[in-house]
Amino acid sequence: MNLLGKLDWSAIPLHEPIIMSATVFMVLIVAVVLGFITMKGAWLYLWREWITSVDHKRIGVMYIILALVMMLRGFSDAIMMRAQQAVAAGGAQGYLPPEHFDQIFSAHGTIMIFFMGMPFVVGLMNFAVPLQLGIRDVAFPTLNSVSFWLTASGALLINISLAVGEFSKAGWTGYAPLSELQFSPGVGVDYYLWSLQISGLGTLLAGVNFVTTILKMRAPGMGYMRMPVFCWTSLATNLLIVAAFPILTAALAMLLLDRYLGFHFFTLDGQGNQMLYVNLFWVWGHPEVYILILPLFGVFSEVIATFSGKPLFGYRSMVAATMAICVLSFLVWLHHFFTMGASAGVNGFFGVMTMIIAVPTGVKVFNWLFTMYGGRVRFSVPVLWAIGFMVTFVIGGMTGVLMAVPPADFQLHNSVFLIAHFHNVIIGGVVFGAMAGYNYWFPKAFGFKLDERWGRASFWCWFIGFYLAFMPLYLLGLMGMTRRMQHYDDLTWQPWLLIAMVGTVVILVGIVFQIVQLVVSIRARDRLRVTGDPWNARTLEWATTSPPPAWNFAVQPEVAGIDAFWSSKQRAHAKQNTPAPTRKYEPIEMPKNSATGFVTAFFAVVIGFALIWHIWWMAAVGVFGAFVTLLAFAFRRHSEFEVPAEQIARFERAHQAGVAA
Amino acid sequence: MRYRSLILALTSVALGGCSEGILDPKGPIASAERLILFNSLGIMLAIVIPTILATLAVAFWFRSSNWRASYQPDFTYSGRLELLVWSIPAMTVLLVGGVAWVGAHDLDGRKPIDSTATPITVQVVSLDWKWLFIYPEQGIASVNHLTVPVGTPISFELTSSTVMNSFFVPQLAGQIYTMSGMVTRLQLQADHPGTYPGLSAMFSGDGFSDMRFTVDAVSNDKFAQWVNQAREAGPVLDARSYEDLAKPSKAIAPFTYRAVAADFFSSVVNTASMTDDQSQLFCSTSQRAE
Repeated sequence: MNLLGKLDWSAIPLHEPIIMSATVFMVLIVAVVLGFITMKGAWLYLWREWITSVDHKRIGVMYIILALVMMLRGFSDAIMMRAQQAVAAGGAQGYLPPEHFDQIFSAHGTIMIFFMGMPFVVGLMNFAVPLQLGIRDVAFPTLNSVSFWLTASGALLINISLAVGEFSKAGWTGYAPLSELQFSPGVGVDYYLWSLQISGLGTLLAGVNFVTTILKMRAPGMGYMRMPVFCWTSLATNLLIVAAFPILTAALAMLLLDRYLGFHFFTLDGQGNQMLYVNLFWVWGHPEVYILILPLFGVFSEVIATFSGKPLFGYRSMVAATMAICVLSFLVWLHHFFTMGASAGVNGFFGVMTMIIAVPTGVKVFNWLFTMYGGRVRFSVPVLWAIGFMVTFVIGGMTGVLMAVPPADFQLHNSVFLIAHFHNVIIGGVVFGAMAGYNYWFPKAFGFKLDERWGRASFWCWFIGFYLAFMPLYLLGLMGMTRRMQHYDDLTWQPWLLIAMVGTVVILVGIVFQIVQLVVSIRARDRLRVTGDPWNARTLEWATTSPPPAWNFAVQPEVAGIDAFWSSKQRAHAKQNTPAPTRKYEPIEMPKNSATGFVTAFFAVVIGFALIWHIWWMAAVGVFGAFVTLLAFAFRRHSEFEVPAEQIARFERAHQAGVAA
Repeated sequence: MRYRSLILALTSVALGGCSEGILDPKGPIASAERLILFNSLGIMLAIVIPTILATLAVAFWFRSSNWRASYQPDFTYSGRLELLVWSIPAMTVLLVGGVAWVGAHDLDGRKPIDSTATPITVQVVSLDWKWLFIYPEQGIASVNHLTVPVGTPISFELTSSTVMNSFFVPQLAGQIYTMSGMVTRLQLQADHPGTYPGLSAMFSGDGFSDMRFTVDAVSNDKFAQWVNQAREAGPVLDARSYEDLAKPSKAIAPFTYRAVAADFFSSVVNTASMTDDQSQLFCSTSQRAE
């Protein structure tokens, strides 16, 4: 018996120059970062202030850093695929053999959905929701840290798969029976499964945390119909997470049982049913689309209202539309496989349901339009992203409804038209929204704005690059090109794929500009420094300092209506001449830092890695370690500490100038 | 060369049709699907284009530097507009939803094509990584190549000996999945003689990109001729030769089988789900997908 299970030196792909150089590059970057931290002597600081932090703002920032880093990884996959398809025409095989190309598109999808989209969305919610609700932290601060670190564990496992072993070759959806042991005997699918199981657990815990927070912990006076729309969309998203993620976990668990213990849920033999996997995957998968996009609908609502200098048009309609999407999203999953042979009645029903979900989405677009109507729109970077989104997203929505017509889908399904459609909604919706949110809340998180000029440049590159990269794919789909082709014969496709390649390069320039924007802004942070309310905004997060103290608000805000901060500014403006009342500060109870999240995640990586490579003793050690960590957490005596009133008063005096209102 | 193909592609798009693909249908099913595609697209463009223009116009007119635009900070609710805002997408969806419902029934893969000609049955098996086409009425089979008579409805029964694939001839009909142990149905007909590309639209592993075939639509005479030719040469398709064929291979050249063992297709469907469980003999797995 081998002490290291299936693991030996052959797991490291030394004979693959592309993979090895990517690995070396990755290791180099990690080494440089670690070296830099060591040189600056920042380890203790990192440990105390970030790694063990249970502050929702810090956790939010870490989520977004994870998302941005993984975006670079996922994007390098994208550009490799585009390069391959740009050259592999008419008998040419390109530079990527199928077994490598298949891993790349599988990794691209998995990373972009689970480790770019999800962390970005959860990060924005983490940062902004408690501030908008006027509270000091989420319901379960330590659990929040556990959620983040579990997500990071999943991301780490995927990155390990680059250097040790291989990644799945069965696509990001991992359809059985292709993902079964019979057709995918390697460790690739196991990497996929365990990293999704671990990060999925983190996401589920985050969902529970946020549902509780939003339902139970709002500031006094903040009734449901006074919550900012971003909080509403976050509530909808987290309800969807709680309802949908267990389905994914169950489906993947069944596949794991097939692979590890010889079960027959989805196998070809033993009466396994592959259609079951496809159904379960999409019963999660379609709500997942809305999990990603709904919070960003919230971001756009905040951004458009703020920069138009107006309250959101049709607040009640927006809330109704959000909740309608939340419910309807569970009734459309079958449109992912109209071509599996269901009856006309079933296909027709799910086609019509899919279109009905477009109604509330359409309502939202019109409401944003009317929010700008009669406003004074300031074209800051977040607004550019928002308008770019509105224009792009309706096109994506339209092609989506088009594919909800079953006979049209028979022709368009699995084609690059489909690829163009979902990138149209995911880049045009999720990424643009994430960038709007990033530019919008950055000054709140760090106390200085991001540079506008580089931000604009980056937006335009993304915007133009997106159209260049994906409009040709719509066309290619109509010309009959299917997705996931490592090479193709038809030379008439090649020019369009070359244009798509150029578009991808333009997006790359956009990403580079974003990095430049960040670096330039950090260097010029003294010039870009802002007060608590740089955008003349409407919601409570702008009522405190930038960056906010750990306790968020020195005095618990009281809410009397929608746009609580805006109305308090109006009131303050009305009685400008009366002197501000002297504030009396009270001590605040805050949760203590905890290493639980980090340590749990460490053991999760150990468990995941051990199970992937069948190193059973190591898995046992991991489980034991995680359990002991849990015990240690459960038995700790002090979970909170008190921030003395004097400290709060001191902080407030120091930042008096910085706080509006 | 590259430039020439660029110009070719640009002109073909400019002329409103590509040299192949779903915009250039050659049969009744694909034509009907294209019509539905255009109808739905037209209905939606009628609302999407004005929305995009209105977004840009409103954002531009109400820019903060435009002092001619009126600032109405209290314009946050209007019952009439709300009604409009909900009804525009609802009406659109009503129309497109009708198209979807009717289309789903008209173009259901089980529904035979109305025709005076007697339909021909073709049984399709997807393998790693090639296509097997069995002509039960003619008693022959071919690999990676499908010959059909023009103007005759072809009724397909499809299954897979391996992972899921999707049978797709863009110019003749939309796709349908092939799944092991199950039978799916598809109808198509070619109205014009010609050679049309066919492929698997569902990723199925390393050899996926080569999982292509050609469809030759020929006159009835030529079809009969082809069948006779096929009967004269080539191996016999039975359990043993199928075992060879089922071994994974990529991009193999088309060939034909001169004869096919009796009920061969159903045996492929049934063995798939019974390799380790004989007790299931009585369960008619071929009905599961239907």
